[in-house]
Amino acid sequence: MKPKRFSWPGAALIAGLVFLYLPLVVVIVYSFNESRLVTVWTGFSTRWYGELMADSQLLRAAGVSLTVALLSATIATVLGTLAGFVLTRFGFFRGRALLVGTIAAPLVMPEVITGLSLLLVFVALEQGFAWMPGRGILTIVLAHASLTMSYVAIVVQARLAGMERDIEEAAADLGATPATVFRTITLPLIFPAVAAGWLLAFVLSLDDLVIASFVAGPQSTTLPMMVFSSIRLGVSPKINALAAILVLLTAVLLVVAARVQRGSKPAESSAG
Amino acid sequence: MTRRQGLIAILWLWSAALFVLPLIIVLKISVAETRLGVPPYTAFFDAAHHVTANTENYSRLFTDSLYVKAYLGSLKTAFIATLIALLMGYPMAYAIARAPAHRRDLWLLLVMLPFWTSFLVRIYAWIGLLRPSGIINTVLQALGIIDAPLHMLNTNGAVYLGIVYTYLPFMVLPLYARLEKLDASLLEAARDLGATPWRAFCAVTLPLSMPGIVAGCLLVFIPAVGEFVIPELLGGPNTLMIGRVLWNEFFTNRDWPVASAVTAVLLILLVAPIVWVQRLQARGDLAP
Amino acid sequence: MSAGAPATLRVADVTKCFGAVTAVDAVSLDVRANEFLCLLGPSGCGKTTLLRMMAGFEAPDSGRVFIGDDDMTATPPHARPVNMMFQSYALFPHMSVEGNVAFGLKQEGLRGEALNARVKEALAVVELEGLGARKPHQLSGGQRQRVALARCLAKRPRVLLLDEPLAALDKHLRERTQRELTALRHRLGISFVVVTHDQDEAMAMADRVAVMDRGKILQIAPPRELYERPANRAVAAFFGDVNIWEGEVVAGNKVHCAALQIAFPVTDLLPVGSRVEAAVRPEQIAFTSIDALLTGVVSDVVYRGTASTYFVRHAGGAVIRVARQNSGPETFQRGDTVGLSWPTSAVRVLTS
Repeated sequence: MKPKRFSWPGAALIAGLVFLYLPLVVVIVYSFNESRLVTVWTGFSTRWYGELMADSQLLRAAGVSLTVALLSATIATVLGTLAGFVLTRFGFFRGRALLVGTIAAPLVMPEVITGLSLLLVFVALEQGFAWMPGRGILTIVLAHASLTMSYVAIVVQARLAGMERDIEEAAADLGATPATVFRTITLPLIFPAVAAGWLLAFVLSLDDLVIASFVAGPQSTTLPMMVFSSIRLGVSPKINALAAILVLLTAVLLVVAARVQRGSKPAESSAG
Repeated sequence: MTRRQGLIAILWLWSAALFVLPLIIVLKISVAETRLGVPPYTAFFDAAHHVTANTENYSRLFTDSLYVKAYLGSLKTAFIATLIALLMGYPMAYAIARAPAHRRDLWLLLVMLPFWTSFLVRIYAWIGLLRPSGIINTVLQALGIIDAPLHMLNTNGAVYLGIVYTYLPFMVLPLYARLEKLDASLLEAARDLGATPWRAFCAVTLPLSMPGIVAGCLLVFIPAVGEFVIPELLGGPNTLMIGRVLWNEFFTNRDWPVASAVTAVLLILLVAPIVWVQRLQARGDLAP
Repeated sequence: MSAGAPATLRVADVTKCFGAVTAVDAVSLDVRANEFLCLLGPSGCGKTTLLRMMAGFEAPDSGRVFIGDDDMTATPPHARPVNMMFQSYALFPHMSVEGNVAFGLKQEGLRGEALNARVKEALAVVELEGLGARKPHQLSGGQRQRVALARCLAKRPRVLLLDEPLAALDKHLRERTQRELTALRHRLGISFVVVTHDQDEAMAMADRVAVMDRGKILQIAPPRELYERPANRAVAAFFGDVNIWEGEVVAGNKVHCAALQIAFPVTDLLPVGSRVEAAVRPEQIAFTSIDALLTGVVSDVVYRGTASTYFVRHAGGAVIRVARQNSGPETFQRGDTVGLSWPTSAVRVLTS
């Protein structure tokens, strides 16, 4: 092996990664600290995890968050896949540019704008049609789906754009109707992107504080909303434990996502 | 209606209900008056079906220095944080793009991973590090470098740090996408023609990576302007940002019309950059 | 194949534009029953667009497409009784070889034993028995091409459309597959329409070749006729090497060429005084020491293995290309003075 030459960008990369990971590592390490004083290390203990599990309010919030994330990610995946497909496979239609804009805009819209504007719609619907009596899980699900659908659409669109049209054309040529082509050819081939889109939507929903705070009703406190109010009160070892669990959860989800992607590798290599 | 038109109609209906309509209602309520009750604002049409539009909320935004300062504070904070993120992110993206091909995905994954972990957890982690009795102060005091704890939490500096920390992956990704496509033989040609490495970088790499720089800066700048959580948790009482003002008007003062007016103006400020991002997105400059 | 055979596929006055570019310009074409037809032309000449309109992937701006007696201009691809083999083969990467071949048959509602039998039969035709369980990425390039072919043939189409079917194969495999395709066509009795940019390939396989350029068909004829009796300069130049001289028809049914300073006889009957171009293939010109039509000096020799091309400079300045088999003992060197002649039947008069 030749000796590694020092390079400024290489050093910056390492420094940047330390910057990104060090805080997370510290949180996880201190979640196993026995002391109530967060900075003083007195010994290894899992008592804070135990206390976490005994906190019924927190568990209920976690339940709300998981329900919302599951439902909204599923809706977002269906709609986002549809959007990605329509935008890459339907060619030109009237209003296409505007539709692209309205689908992509939530990606960069500050959360406070999205949150407030969605709340006002829900209130207006409640007033005007008595359609949505009160706010709760349903309004959070809809709000999250409308945000995360954009992410799914981008992921699916990128995958479809990178896929040669001739495979779908061949299926049509062999007698498959458009619906059959989508079901038997397109969907299986874009499945990794659809799955990745679902995971992304799930994680984003699980993580959202601002939009949920606006549209949630009094009975539906999500986990981030609870975490936020306790962080405002200060650092506590219990929150360290919760943070560690959340980091672990996303790590597990990412491993799953990587597996899904790898499972589709041979298909990709021959599609090229 | 054909099936094709039906599918397009579903998307239109969804976008109209949850994107276009909300923005229209924001505009509508921003010209309403506050009242006590549910909802806490007056109707757009009064009993005689006359439009009651009231521009007082907007004139308040421009006369009350609190709002003007908050808007300017947000723009300033977002600008500085974006600049720091660019200076940190560029060498990182460059290093990844120049790494051996089989390592690039791994490095990129490492940069993107924190984005997947909880945003609140990441901000929380910094509170633990920065506060007066936090890890950094404890370590520095133990080493005898400082006598009294440094005041780091609840400062503007902490807000910059939080924004950079949160959005750094958004900067690195489009920069990497651009730098990775850059043909290494162009740099070799520049060197061959007698340019020093630094001159070659300035004359070739930098201009060719400009679309990535623009994309990365916009992706950090836009959400940073509207940021609420970071200034709330890491900033001090003097950290005036518009996201915080909006939140307080809405949740604390329950003044929905003013909150709507604040939102409308924020939206107008960000329309140009948002449209810009969409252009870049359509051209495929945002991601590898 | 007789000229009176009914058309299995007919394209009538079809035009297709992409933006400002006219890809196919008022093209009419008959594909006869059991015919092997090549669409030949440089890239961008519109041949692939024409093929895609036959398959139904592009809708013509004007004109009609008939399959048999039915107007199928507005029929979507999945409802047309023709099948296309894609240049990339477009195999379904997530299905086995059998799955790929069965796909089209399943769309017809075929199931169970009947389906298996048809799949087996198609794989037998392309000699891929035993590879049915493989996935496309486990096959060689040649095997993938056969799967793509089998997938189309299993449908028993009336016309098989092939887009550059041999382009992705190496030279050795290409020649073998060429022979196999022509053999297959004789065995199956269906029409083939093949898009190619390679004139040797077209000549070797086709009953008729349609030469295309800039969206138009320049000439459609059997290969020998295209080569020996090209309709115009572009077709003549597209097939191999050719000498073309401008001239004027003079009395005695001769053409006078100013550049060559001679008048030579031609077989075509033309009015005296018309401006024409005379085309003579290099291999039709012979070196001779007696009764030479003209003499010149060898200015260059390009050795091509079985034959060599001699560039002979005439006193008038014209350079004449002469091809000569390298089997004879005597060869000419640069600087040699040579006499040239050609039979009257070798001259093809082109009117623009």
